[in-house]
Amino acid sequence: MLLISCPNCGPRDETEFHYGGQAHVPYPENPNALNDKEWAQFLFYRDNTKGIFAERWLHSTGCRQWFNMLRDTLTYDIQAIYPMGTPRPDVTVPAAAESGTASTAADSTTTGDSAPSISASSIAPAATPASATAPKGATK
Amino acid sequence: MANTAALTGINGLRDIRRSPAYHLTEALAAGSVPGKVVLNEGPFQTMAGVRVDPRSEAGSRIAAVTGGLPAHCGEVTGTDSISVLWLGPSEFMAVAPEAAHDSLGGNLIGSLMEALGDAPGQVVDLSANRTTFELSGPRARAVLEKGCALDLHPRSFTPGTALTTEVGNIPVVLQKTAENSFRLFPRASFAEFLGRWLLDAMREYASPEVP
Repeated sequence: MLLISCPNCGPRDETEFHYGGQAHVPYPENPNALNDKEWAQFLFYRDNTKGIFAERWLHSTGCRQWFNMLRDTLTYDIQAIYPMGTPRPDVTVPAAAESGTASTAADSTTTGDSAPSISASSIAPAATPASATAPKGATK
Repeated sequence: MANTAALTGINGLRDIRRSPAYHLTEALAAGSVPGKVVLNEGPFQTMAGVRVDPRSEAGSRIAAVTGGLPAHCGEVTGTDSISVLWLGPSEFMAVAPEAAHDSLGGNLIGSLMEALGDAPGQVVDLSANRTTFELSGPRARAVLEKGCALDLHPRSFTPGTALTTEVGNIPVVLQKTAENSFRLFPRASFAEFLGRWLLDAMREYASPEVP
């Protein structure tokens, strides 16, 4: 579940919010001048971005206020939260952050220094520097 | 034919009024565990929904009636008899005892409407919108934590604050009135479900504690 920081209420569970679709879709200056295709484009066609996406959210069980959010549709990383009516902020995307939660520390379920030792196992010598022995077919 | 002898309350209706969890009264008494967690309904509170810009002139007039308007999420202002709960940046709920209602001789709604005047905003009598559950006892927080994602630990949820959230998937306003006592304001149609949900969550505390 996402933990969303409402600008008014602070961090709350995703279930308290409602999604409002893509942000920054302007209402046409002169709707009467549009033909059916352009009107349909305005009504129904939205970006389907892979990566950072600007979207609207409503804190429906809290303060009942709308706000905008920049969210990475790939990693669900929330990059920015900003008020309605303000332009999309520039967010510098961190270079392909490995945002997994797995820890490289010793297994937390073990205690003390009794982490499983791999030095004695037969596969240990294969752990040589990856740059020296890139697998065949690996791309740069 | 209505029993006119029963209609002697104010407006002729007070004695036949039934609160949303009235039918749970016995169950709430039976499910409460004195000394651990006690649940009862505090029916018929006078509630007014107020929407006004707190920085405007009308906002300060209303603040003079209610004893201040809360400025941010969680804050509760008010006097001894009125609490004003923050629902949104320009939306508040004033809660007062039953006798404060205009039909019972009080003047809360009328004075709020008078304070707002013609200014943008609204004052609506929402007394029948929500009912009030009062949950208290040393185990009250443990009961709520079974169905509320907020951090209810006293270090972050202090007495005298109120938050709009979900308890048992029901949208409620959760007010902490003292160290071990809470008030929940669910909408009337959720009172039955939330009352029974809380009773279910309280049931384990009737048994001896397993070490």
